[in-house]
Amino acid sequence: MRIKENRWLRLMRQWDVQLMVVPALLFILVFHYIPMYGVLMSFQDYSLFRGFSGSPWVGFKHFRMFFEAPEFWTIMRNTLVISVLKLVIGFPAPIMLALMLNEVKHRAFKRLIQTISYLPHFLSWVIVSGFVISMLSTDNGSLNILLQQLNLIDQPINFLSIPEYFWAILVGTGLWKEIGFSSIVYLAAIAGVNPQLYEAAEMDGASRLRQMVSITIPCIMPVIIIFSILAIGNLLNAGFEDILLLGANPVLRDVSDVIDTYVYRIGIQNARYSYATAAGLFKAVISVGLLAAANYAARRSGNSLW
Amino acid sequence: MRRGAGDQVLIASIYTLLAVLGFAAVYPFWNAAVISFNSGQDTALGGVTFWPRAFSLENYAVVFRDERLMNGFMISILRTAIGTLLSIMATAIFAYGMTKRDLMGRKYYMIICIVTMYFSGGLIPTYLLIRELQLLDTFWVMVIPGLISVWNMIIFRTFFQGIPGGLEESARIDGCSNWGVLMRIVLPLSGPVVATLSLFTAVYHWNDWFAPSIYITNVDLLPIQTKLQQILNSNIMSEQMSQLDSAAQGRLNDMRSVTSKSLSMATMMVATVPILCVYPFVQKYFVKGVLIGSLKE
Repeated sequence: MRIKENRWLRLMRQWDVQLMVVPALLFILVFHYIPMYGVLMSFQDYSLFRGFSGSPWVGFKHFRMFFEAPEFWTIMRNTLVISVLKLVIGFPAPIMLALMLNEVKHRAFKRLIQTISYLPHFLSWVIVSGFVISMLSTDNGSLNILLQQLNLIDQPINFLSIPEYFWAILVGTGLWKEIGFSSIVYLAAIAGVNPQLYEAAEMDGASRLRQMVSITIPCIMPVIIIFSILAIGNLLNAGFEDILLLGANPVLRDVSDVIDTYVYRIGIQNARYSYATAAGLFKAVISVGLLAAANYAARRSGNSLW
Repeated sequence: MRRGAGDQVLIASIYTLLAVLGFAAVYPFWNAAVISFNSGQDTALGGVTFWPRAFSLENYAVVFRDERLMNGFMISILRTAIGTLLSIMATAIFAYGMTKRDLMGRKYYMIICIVTMYFSGGLIPTYLLIRELQLLDTFWVMVIPGLISVWNMIIFRTFFQGIPGGLEESARIDGCSNWGVLMRIVLPLSGPVVATLSLFTAVYHWNDWFAPSIYITNVDLLPIQTKLQQILNSNIMSEQMSQLDSAAQGRLNDMRSVTSKSLSMATMMVATVPILCVYPFVQKYFVKGVLIGSLKE
């Protein structure tokens, strides 16, 4: 009884600090935890008129429907292929950029390349997709102009309406936008390498390439491992805004539809709320599994995330 | 000196590759700017790449006279200013409270926060919540849901914890309350972190087009990015159409000196300029911001 009283007193004495914290927590409860609870509607036949409490429970009906939907395998394939492509190409590229920038001794040139390559990260996907659409369009698109001047093609190609090109365009755009910004962490890691190692290697007559392979890369390996683990945990996040904007042409649906865009189209545009939530939950469950597996791998390598 | 020669080849190829990459990073931007300053009619003839061929300010004249676009621009500015200000204030206050070691329930509060970094309700339940809260089709739907950022709170908290405790103590002896300490000691000493997080938050608000596109139907409330997205989307569709009937489209283009392409390039430039204006300031800070962030990961 006494302890309880003390707690109450303590709480009253720190009411001003609690007042700083509790409203924010209530906010988080409303805007994050209510939607988490709302995920349960994927087990209902949710209707706007009946609301969450009035809608009937239907078990795994929507999950079954999703698995049996004709587009299910296409969506799964696209999600996996796009995210794996992004991982395999988008992950090593910033490391290469950082390694190359590290070899540049002209301060001004290095700064220039850094400034230029970080900038696209701060542009919205709408602007970036606008650039891509403009570059690739048949109407004065620079790529078509270049290819025509090199006599490689006679007629301009409408790249964004040909399914075969879509994945390459998507991965290339993502690379263009993020390569510079993602290289920052690696540059910082490289800056932390002990310079005496390089001096010693220089004495032993190691070439620059040799120093890169034998000193720089091993020294930044822990950072590379942590980020690769994080990337694997994010494997099902194939991207959303970029696909929505660049794959807007319905001709591309067979190669552009991923789980997230499917949830958006079915849920927001067609208002099939329960079904779309089931598809989203399916993805979330697999993602959590991947994250747990990635963390297990991390722990084994001695770099736990938690 | 064979080894020296090998080094020189390596360095030369690195410089070349970086120069090519730098060009590839700038060119789309440059070309879009060039097209926006070129007469639309002339652009339609093709071949505009590095330099405007028929310089014209017509595209910008049309954009600046278009009331809907200008209205979108104002909405974007309002949203960025109000959203950033409120979010940074609310998050900083929250973070300061969370630095107090004797705060009751601090451990549970932290768990509540961390969980949201790994799990979310997803698109549809969030949409239905916003709908339930009567926020659809209001200006505040762009401000309120992002008010508290757990990520920013953690960065703020890390920074606040690095402020020497003695300063706080002496202020308290002088009779300062917790709020007073926050406003007069902690925040004034946190300039760099406030600047970094404000800039990142502002860039987020300026760039976000998706939330308005699903939550807002009233065109007078749409920010410029969402309007631009709608314009670009209709361009893709019309290019698709023009393939079916290129002759008719060509005739249509000839009649207008401002084409949909030149117009959307000018709109893109207008929507990008604010980012270009803050970029030099962001650049000063963001390397630090990124590193604090990744340290927490």
